[in-house]
Amino acid sequence: MSKLIRMDHTGHSTLAEWTAEDPAAVQVAVTAFREQLDNGYLAMVSTGPGHAEQVRELPLDAPLVILRLPISGG
Amino acid sequence: MAAAEPRALAPAFEVLPETAAVHWRPRVDDDRLRRLGTLWTLTTLAHVVPFVGAAVGLMALNPLTLPVALACLAHAWVIPELYAQRGANVVRPRARADAGPERRALGLLGDLLDHDARDLHAATGLVLEPGRLGVWLVGEAGALLLHRGRVYCFCITVDVRVKAASRLPSGDRIAHLLLALRADEPGFATVANLNFAGAHWRLRRRISRAMAPALHAAVALQASRSSGPA
Repeated sequence: MSKLIRMDHTGHSTLAEWTAEDPAAVQVAVTAFREQLDNGYLAMVSTGPGHAEQVRELPLDAPLVILRLPISGG
Repeated sequence: MAAAEPRALAPAFEVLPETAAVHWRPRVDDDRLRRLGTLWTLTTLAHVVPFVGAAVGLMALNPLTLPVALACLAHAWVIPELYAQRGANVVRPRARADAGPERRALGLLGDLLDHDARDLHAATGLVLEPGRLGVWLVGEAGALLLHRGRVYCFCITVDVRVKAASRLPSGDRIAHLLLALRADEPGFATVANLNFAGAHWRLRRRISRAMAPALHAAVALQASRSSGPA
């Protein structure tokens, strides 16, 4: 089961859960993913220890997709 | 506490989108870091040498100027200390959210870390992250980079212009920075504002006692990488 989560004031919120074999769940996840990107979130996937990658399309095979806010110099 | 095994961050295939907001800055690399570090050392000398010189000169001219000479020496000591304090402030803990969100955020952050890094974070509030530029210590609103004998203090945080940023729990704030760092380490250092660069012993006196073991672990890891096989 893959998860789309957003880091927010609650700690994090699970926006969607899907398996590649469930087209309806995938569609819900893709819609939620695009909505969050439109709202300014950036999607990240861990790709191993010390590695992460930004994604612009929902990677259906990733176990966890994390939405983060932009960062800036303080 | 055992330091994390050395490992390298992924090569930057993707540039952090946030770098577009600082398009005038040269992308940080090894040479640029070294130049920035040298500039900070020269700046420190430019503050210290005139005051020490003035103190020595005054005493040579007339020992009755001792109080003024002492004031000059105090300036020579205080100004670099203030810079070091400015560096230490980047990892100062911020206000906490409610216990529930903090716990949830820590759970997510823990999933991104290995066992040693998780333990070190629990004890110090900082995440140790070995990278290509050096060894990082990531806090809630900034990061320290150990690079070639110097520590670089970067101020960087979740963009405060975004309304949701101010309510994030501490674990999430660190996770934001950690994910960005892991995706594009030079881009992360480019977006961040450099608040201080200097010897790590100058910073050790300024960070909180609880954070000292994290700095010690980072220094030890950086030293082991520097002395290890190429």
